[in-house]
Amino acid sequence: MVIGLGHYLTVAAVLFTLGVFGIFINRKNVIVILMSIELILLSVNINMVAFSTHLGDIVGQVFALLILTVAAAEAAIGLAILVVFFRNRGSIAVEDVNMMRG
Amino acid sequence: MTVTAAFFYLFATITIASGFMVIASRNPVQSVLFLILAFVNAAGLFLMMGAEFLAMILIIVYVGAVAVLFLFVVMMLDVDFAALRQGFLQYLPVGGLIGIVLLIELIFVVSAYVVDPGLVRTPAVPIPAADVMTNTEALGHVLYTRYFYFFQAAGLILLVAMIGAIVLTLRERVGVRRQDISMQNARTQETAVELRKVPSRQGI
Repeated sequence: MVIGLGHYLTVAAVLFTLGVFGIFINRKNVIVILMSIELILLSVNINMVAFSTHLGDIVGQVFALLILTVAAAEAAIGLAILVVFFRNRGSIAVEDVNMMRG
Repeated sequence: MTVTAAFFYLFATITIASGFMVIASRNPVQSVLFLILAFVNAAGLFLMMGAEFLAMILIIVYVGAVAVLFLFVVMMLDVDFAALRQGFLQYLPVGGLIGIVLLIELIFVVSAYVVDPGLVRTPAVPIPAADVMTNTEALGHVLYTRYFYFFQAAGLILLVAMIGAIVLTLRERVGVRRQDISMQNARTQETAVELRKVPSRQGI
């Protein structure tokens, strides 16, 4: 039994779906939403590396590295915003983010 | 070959199961720990694909920095997480429907993917053989030459993220007495010491 590109792509697809599903069912908890975004980015990285190694082109791994960087920056900024929001409102529920009446 | 397949299924199963536990766990601390497990097993998948450097970076950056950051924030915020789980079942049908539709579409795309046999593959930068150059070395040869501007842009993004996070969370407290070295050094004898002539048998 040979593990090919399709196997890795399937794993990435399932992880991506789990991430999107997590955003939908944890509508109130911003921390879990941020973790779901991390899962989505991880699945994208698995796709990138799978195609890179399957097609024999290392550029995919370079871009996976850049995605990793952006994901780390996004987590830092997101958690900083979360901390400031909790300090101001005493809650992290998404429904409470209505100060601007949007 | 069967060992490879066994390890692939081990890593893939644990990755997906812990990914599910991230979104389904009751306690956010457990969610973060399952996120760490998912990252470690994804690093195992990367290793199996032959991307050693990215696997190690995934463990160092994600497990060592991002997941610990999540853990700090979850433990620092005093939130009633049970209240946040209200309405969990309310969103389940819509979320489940969209998730299943998305999954089916993605599986269709993945299973229908074929490479045209007549296609001549011209990789932009081919991966050198393992005995010529390690994965890390090959990545460095490309990253620091061809994609040098991308590398610099990634550094700038990290700098902006760092400054942004500090600016957002830095709190200037009023009414806190701090030591001010320059003010201490600027004191002269006149401002620091006062001599009084105290009359005899009377206080000041």
